[in-house]
Amino acid sequence: MSPAVDTTPASSPRPATARTRAEGTGARPILEIKDLAVDYGYGENRVKALRGVNLTLHEGEVLGLAGESGCGKSTLVYGATRLLPPPGLISAGEVLYHPADGSAPIDLLRQSDADLRAGRWQDIAVVFQGAMNSLNPVHRIGRQLEDAIKAHRPKSTGKEREARSRELLEMVGISAERVRSYPHQLSGGMRQRVMIAMALALEPRVLIMDEPTTALDVVMQRQILEQVQDLRDRLGFAVIFITHDVSLLVEVADRIAIMYAGEIVEEASASDVYRRPRHPYSYGLLHSFPPLHGPRRELQGIPGSPPDLQNLPSGCPFRVRCKHVMPECADVHPELGRTAFDEPRREVACLLHDAGHQVPEELSV
Amino acid sequence: MSDEKNPPPTTARGDVVLEAVGLTKHFPVRGLRSGGAVVHAVDGIDLELRSGQVVALVGESGSGKSTVARLLARLYPQTSGDILLHGKPVTARRGGDFRRYARRVQMIFQDPFGSLNPVHTVRYHLTRALRIHHKGLRGQALETALRELLERVHLTPERYIDKFPHELSGGQRQRIAIARALAADPEVLLADEPISMLDVSIRVGILNLLQDLRDRLGIAILYITHDIASARYFADRTQVMYAGRPVEAGDSESVTQEPAHPYTQLLVRSAPDPDDLSGADRNAGRGEPPNMVRPPAGCRFNPRCPFATDLCREVVPPLLPISPQRSVACWGYAAQVPGGLETAPAGAVLPDLGSDAVPVQLTETVHAAPTQGVTR
Repeated sequence: MSPAVDTTPASSPRPATARTRAEGTGARPILEIKDLAVDYGYGENRVKALRGVNLTLHEGEVLGLAGESGCGKSTLVYGATRLLPPPGLISAGEVLYHPADGSAPIDLLRQSDADLRAGRWQDIAVVFQGAMNSLNPVHRIGRQLEDAIKAHRPKSTGKEREARSRELLEMVGISAERVRSYPHQLSGGMRQRVMIAMALALEPRVLIMDEPTTALDVVMQRQILEQVQDLRDRLGFAVIFITHDVSLLVEVADRIAIMYAGEIVEEASASDVYRRPRHPYSYGLLHSFPPLHGPRRELQGIPGSPPDLQNLPSGCPFRVRCKHVMPECADVHPELGRTAFDEPRREVACLLHDAGHQVPEELSV
Repeated sequence: MSDEKNPPPTTARGDVVLEAVGLTKHFPVRGLRSGGAVVHAVDGIDLELRSGQVVALVGESGSGKSTVARLLARLYPQTSGDILLHGKPVTARRGGDFRRYARRVQMIFQDPFGSLNPVHTVRYHLTRALRIHHKGLRGQALETALRELLERVHLTPERYIDKFPHELSGGQRQRIAIARALAADPEVLLADEPISMLDVSIRVGILNLLQDLRDRLGIAILYITHDIASARYFADRTQVMYAGRPVEAGDSESVTQEPAHPYTQLLVRSAPDPDDLSGADRNAGRGEPPNMVRPPAGCRFNPRCPFATDLCREVVPPLLPISPQRSVACWGYAAQVPGGLETAPAGAVLPDLGSDAVPVQLTETVHAAPTQGVTR
């Protein structure tokens, strides 16, 4: 993570929260997801895509969600923001949003439609997967930026909105003249930046980024991530960052939650996950991609295939691919809890960490 | 095809099987007002694929790396340049000639969801490939060949032979695609981003399988990727492309650890690196790849290169050998390479890469290159 390079002193509209690299020390929670469960479809054949997930996002932190495709990471944030397309159904749980003025938390899942619509984008904004294809090709990007502002600030004048959209473009490193451009006149990276600018138009407190750079090249990915970090330092919003690229997440995120088959299996600070993984799946994921620097190491990958949510094994869903599997893994479903070493602020869902078991060497560094 | 016109010569490990010399492809721009413009997709790429060796071709999207694979597979005709199979120019375009060529040079594609027909079983896909390339294969012999193919890609034959593609995971589908390519008994496998659509945990499995095929069957593999870290892990040699032109080539370890060209340096710096969170000076090299219809004159990286001089903006740099195993297309090394300065016009100012330059190691004694007229 680059050190905060703030080129525009005192320009932040909100006092920037102190950078809470790792630990998330004492920062106030802003979004609390409690026991969230999401099904796809009805009845017997429904797929339980998310099974009782708990997650807390604190002010000003970057929370990374990692996991393979189908593990429920996108379902989690779309469920929490009530953006799930049918046949997705939220079957249990609550999502508490803590407003900026310190008043009582609001349950987003039980909010009225009108309140929800007013709060969306204002409080929580989303940069969607493949966002660069979600711009309307027949309108200039300036107009699309102004539309978002107009919907939430109906009293603003056209002049103000235009000034704001120019400012937004400058903020993400695109020259203000580009408000007159159509999406096809911009490159993929620039369109992605426009989408980030649009998400930041109303100064949200939470920014959700769903694989924001997957379609981009590494060089462009690096530029956009640095931009987002820079903006985060200046504006102090909290970020939920979803990706399947763990090495990227270690760099970007303060805290990481690793998901497998619709559950969180490990949650810890980014450097802890990277240097001291406690769950066999996290360990496997970290040893699945080759390092670019440092000594060449033997790569193992994870045997077997990603889980089929329609018929998950009993007990621990990862046990069929796990090399430390024990007989009781088939019977007991592990819950997210403390590690065998009682480390603060980290949790793991694995029976190896229960009393009376020897944690394998590679998971007890 | 039992009646072989030219049987494949027996190749020893390390022999050049397939070679591209000055391969160039320009696609015409369609439309009434295009005025005969062309997209310069690939310009003057040299490539050597040796048996039992993996060559990685690394570049951003739009750099022309997939076009190179498709040219080598003869899916497009080249604009100029030659493709040589065992030293003989390949001219096959269609019919029997093309089929004989395709038997020796097979390709696997990025998307295992799109490259298998959803209405046919694994058995159908593999049988078809076997019978096209080995006429008259029937009954028990066919059944044995099918089993062998699946075992080669580490899939249990009984379990997978009658499955449809939708019943398989992405990794299993990619294995079927590889098995189908192996049905032809190829000497060369062109793998176009074979792992980029797969889940992270199973990518290594596919790479290890390809590595195993290279070692056991001595297949020459061209591995096309945008992920330079996987090239380090998997490939013996790495070639980097930028905007259709070769940038750098060498053994994978030194190209990734000590990149010589400013573009390769940018690429390596930009890759996520969890071990180095300091993020020191990663912001260099802003900008985007050039428009390929009107690419910049000279070195195509010059608009983004922090070291570019007028020479870079005017003259295309030649591939300069900076060590016995490596070459780089950058004027910054011209002064250290024997004869390098003769390729530049007299009086031109060479770019100074400063501390970013890698040391030039030439085994033979370096002859003093003529320096008159050239200011550094």
